[in-house]
Amino acid sequence: MSQQNCRKVYGETLLDLGGKDSRIVVLEADLSKSTMTTLFQEAFPERFFEMGIAEQNMVSTAAGLAISGKIPFVNSFAVFSTGRVYDQIRQSVCLGKVNVKIIGSSCGLSDFGDGATHQSIEDVGLMRLIPNMTVLAPVDGNETRRAVEAAVDYNGPVYIRINRNDMPDITSVDDVFTIGEPGMVRDGSDIVVFANGYMVWKALLAAASLEKQGVSVRVVNVSSLKPVNGQSIREMARGMKGIVTIEEHTLVNGLGSIVLDLFRGNPLRIETLGIPDVFGQSAPGYEELLRHYGLDESAVIRSVEKILS
Amino acid sequence: MLLTKAQITELEQKARKLRYLIVEMVSVGKQGHIGGSCSIADVMAVLYFHKMKHDPLRPNWPDRDRLLLSKGHAALVQYAALAECGYFSREHLATLKQTGSILQGHPDMLKTPGIEANTGSLGQGLSIACGMAMAGKLDRKDYRVFCVLGDGEIAEGQIWEASMAAGFYKLDNLTAILDKNGIQATGPVAERFDTNPHREKWLACGWHVIETDGHRVGEIDLALNEAEKIHNRPTLIIAHTVKGKGVPFAEDTAAFHNGIMDQAQYEQALECLKR
Repeated sequence: MSQQNCRKVYGETLLDLGGKDSRIVVLEADLSKSTMTTLFQEAFPERFFEMGIAEQNMVSTAAGLAISGKIPFVNSFAVFSTGRVYDQIRQSVCLGKVNVKIIGSSCGLSDFGDGATHQSIEDVGLMRLIPNMTVLAPVDGNETRRAVEAAVDYNGPVYIRINRNDMPDITSVDDVFTIGEPGMVRDGSDIVVFANGYMVWKALLAAASLEKQGVSVRVVNVSSLKPVNGQSIREMARGMKGIVTIEEHTLVNGLGSIVLDLFRGNPLRIETLGIPDVFGQSAPGYEELLRHYGLDESAVIRSVEKILS
Repeated sequence: MLLTKAQITELEQKARKLRYLIVEMVSVGKQGHIGGSCSIADVMAVLYFHKMKHDPLRPNWPDRDRLLLSKGHAALVQYAALAECGYFSREHLATLKQTGSILQGHPDMLKTPGIEANTGSLGQGLSIACGMAMAGKLDRKDYRVFCVLGDGEIAEGQIWEASMAAGFYKLDNLTAILDKNGIQATGPVAERFDTNPHREKWLACGWHVIETDGHRVGEIDLALNEAEKIHNRPTLIIAHTVKGKGVPFAEDTAAFHNGIMDQAQYEQALECLKR
């Protein structure tokens, strides 16, 4: 299974796009070695702004640059680039539908060692709350590239969640990415699993295992969390015996909530997997931490079995 | 070049007109930020009717000078100036804060021609102004960016992030004007939460600092001219002002930070400001 590091792909994509479009500028808050914007900095130093460890100013400054015709990418860890600057994103950026791109690096539990302060399990919920915001959570390196390209092509605020660790390739380099559209990554006829980010991989592992037991599972990558084409989601659940959702995020206002909203009043059984109303914690490894919060293939298998029992 | 006597008289009349329009907009029995709008009216008059390079017929002209009210609650004075310049018809002023109006309680770039950004969540405007100044430098344009701050507002931490950033990036195309009226929503700045000393703090962040009487248009103009000549540093003009200036019962009090006029007060205010 080939893998790519999403942070690295992001950095390389920014470098490529920066060469094609001189409107692109990059703002950092002393994390460029982690977010991988150093690649852009080396190539285009005059369009790279180190803003110091001062995220609020960074976001509003980006708004000023965007209003003046630039396409700024604001970078930090997801927990800081959303929660710490919620009001700046709301007031300076989204209220005026200003063309700022916000990068949430080391999203979810992917910064397993640093613990709750640095883990971001509410970012999707926070960003989805704000009118005019677009929220993307790419599934792998290939989709990270396409999501960043789509963000540049779209005129308005975009939040992109990026995992810290190596991720298995699930989509291919020439797949099409359309903001708002979910993408089927495995077809099946009994149960549909809606997932995003690294959880798509967990769902695929579960689907492969369930196939051996004669259960056919469809897996859908919902990488666009706002907007979401609800019609497409409903289509993909048609004829299924039930739905499972899995996300590396609190169960509040993320993928599970989206699906529950869309199927309100529908008799289909729905199981939502995610992080309950608690903070994260430090762990020696990413997989171990995910397992602790029930974000693994066995949890998906149990949910499927529960629906079918 | 010094303003001529005729220019001074004209700008003083403009400032009086702005205050008149502010009072008219707020009208009777409605809350309105009279105090902080009137304190900065003279500075706004010099900027919009003399200093700034702008074109009401082309609000998005790329080479225009920009003016942001970081203290967005003073929107009334900016609406008055924009209407007076011809960015939109004067009739809109009567629709202030009505549902569907182009004139919101705080500046809105999507609704009002001539408004550069959405400000009013205090502390954010200076950062946005920094971004505009940085873009001007990247594009090698010579437009200037002006940003009006409140002396209560600068308790916001983000102001100091922006202040350090503007100093670090040597944004000499940026001029901030501190409306030092000494009064915030609940009382005197020095008593409620003292943001002083101002000069020393901004100097420490790498700014050139000028102090001026914020009600004398000739002095305001001189300060703005000086700022334009400073290289490699942003400039802060500390404008010493009186809250509610020009409206006798609203002067130097927190009561009209966001006060309500009765009929008698309204008539008195208009009477003072006509001529």
